Amino acid sequence: MALSRLASSSSRSADLLKPLCSAISLRRPISTDTTPITVETSVPFTSHQCDTPSRSVQTNAKELFTFFRDMALMRRMEIAADSLYKAKLIRGFCHLYDGQEAVAVGMEAAITKKDCIITAYRDHCTFVSRGGTLLEVFAELMGRQAGCSRGKGGSMHFYKKDSNFYGGHGIVGAQVPLGCGLAFAQKYSKDEAVTFALYGDGAANQGQLFEALNISALWDLPAILVCENNHYGMGTAEWRAAKSPAYYKRGDYAPGLKVDGMDAFAVKQACTFAKEHALKNGPIILEMDTYRYHGHSMSDPGSTYRTRDEITGVRQERDPVERIRKLILSHDLATEKELKDIEKEIRKEVDDAIAQAKENPLPESSELFTNVYAKGLGVESFGADRKEVRAILP
Amino acid sequence: MGNRAIAEIQFADYIYPAFDQIVNEAAKFRYRSGNQFNCGGLTIRAPYGAVGHGGHYHSQSPEAFFCHVPGIKVVIPRSPRQAKGLLLSCIRDPNPVVFFEPKWLYRLAVEEVPEHDYMLPLSEAEVIRQGSDITLVGWGAQLSVMEQACNEAEKDGISCELIDLKTLLPWDKETVEASVRKTGRVLISHEAPVTGGFGAEISASIVERCFLRLEAPVARVCGLDTPFPLVFEPFYMPTKNKILDAIKATVNY
Repeated sequence: MALSRLASSSSRSADLLKPLCSAISLRRPISTDTTPITVETSVPFTSHQCDTPSRSVQTNAKELFTFFRDMALMRRMEIAADSLYKAKLIRGFCHLYDGQEAVAVGMEAAITKKDCIITAYRDHCTFVSRGGTLLEVFAELMGRQAGCSRGKGGSMHFYKKDSNFYGGHGIVGAQVPLGCGLAFAQKYSKDEAVTFALYGDGAANQGQLFEALNISALWDLPAILVCENNHYGMGTAEWRAAKSPAYYKRGDYAPGLKVDGMDAFAVKQACTFAKEHALKNGPIILEMDTYRYHGHSMSDPGSTYRTRDEITGVRQERDPVERIRKLILSHDLATEKELKDIEKEIRKEVDDAIAQAKENPLPESSELFTNVYAKGLGVESFGADRKEVRAILP
Repeated sequence: MGNRAIAEIQFADYIYPAFDQIVNEAAKFRYRSGNQFNCGGLTIRAPYGAVGHGGHYHSQSPEAFFCHVPGIKVVIPRSPRQAKGLLLSCIRDPNPVVFFEPKWLYRLAVEEVPEHDYMLPLSEAEVIRQGSDITLVGWGAQLSVMEQACNEAEKDGISCELIDLKTLLPWDKETVEASVRKTGRVLISHEAPVTGGFGAEISASIVERCFLRLEAPVARVCGLDTPFPLVFEPFYMPTKNKILDAIKATVNY
């Protein structure tokens, strides 16, 4: 059974045979086994002005299951958010990350909570990978008090200070100079940590990105610019928006690496490589070749600028969750049923979090005026006598 | 006439990266080159204003920033028919114009719009409702809210005159002044935060011109001085009831 799988996927190395034999006889508890397993990334890395990391990635059963669980959770969470938006429980704008989970999960596996991550508005899953809970996600999406930003931010403004997750930004590209600033602070404080500034292929053409990169390179800041290239900037395909869609080369003097963003192990390997590089040599660009199944946001059906065949093609051939599922099954670490049970558990977890979030109250009206400035703000509000009214509304 | 450039900024909230080019280049080119060069009658269209669920970056009203720049014009239509006439005037105007379109009206407004070519004059305010007790000044989608407040005030015997400013820069001071001389009271309403909003300019100018005629202080019913909120939008907005309260307070001053 395993042999036929080997024959059908040409990228597997012969190493797979060895762990299989031992795994069948000693089926240890699935989530704690740390015997090393080597996997190959789907494609080799391509680099610009630097060496490429190896295609062979060290992992183990525990990590495989963590990846599977985390990505399946993110997938389920985003799909649930889709339904909530359609039910008008989530208002405003909602940009979903399903399809791109491998980037969030792989990156987190390569770094510590001392490293900073800053991203744009497609931030729900990155928030979760940094340690955010499902309740915080759904409550914030629905604008409730238990949300990570106390209900005042919404979908595009998730933050988690204690795990150095700097959000959550609506203006395209504005987070990259901020990310380089974070790297500056890390270097200044001798933190031995790096900052990952994520942006999309649309933002890659923003001038402020190149300005920030220039200064980061001059000052050797530990900044890693990660272009999550899902090939469409809203509805504009990359070949229509960029003269050079080789985003990993756009740094010119800054080295770059092109990574298969649908393969969590490739992402992990690249991020480990990039962290080492950035701490020694300054900024590096990672281009994650990834794909989003949903449209740009919930207002976009996602099918007017690309074919349904393209979307289903990617889902069938490159889906990140399926890749891990196949790896787990081919290494005989679990049965199909066990994985389905994990997914059922996840479904329940998500449903419970949604139910809890629905019960959560909206923020107090007085919260409208809090945190505009560091100290409180005196507010004028028109009442019948037009006197200055306290900053607490009925 | 040649061809005209018409730029679109998808949401006015995203216009700030272009702010330098608009303020320092487009607005000043004709002036600093002694009329040798100009920006070719550039028109910039941007949807602005609240939409009910837009949050921080899909609801802003940045008109006040641009009203502070001599050299450009700022125009805001209140309805589809106005939008067509004003936009054609903006395009054919040889000066750079920033044209803010109330996005709330994109899906809400229903009106008969003539198919032929027609232009509406810039820098001319329009009295869209005659009255004698108080003058209300506004623009864009806020006018429909003010209209509702006027209807309610009518029931209490207060006759309101409603003026659509249409062009904010350069604005029609004469029409507003004439109306205030008639009524003696003025109320300005806009979605942008009250501090530094364009209502402040209107208020100062009217007081300069009509001080002795005024029966009550100039009232401003505007957005609050906070970033445009997400869930708190109903509290932030200058709603009909806030306007109605202010009308009554001004009339009974």
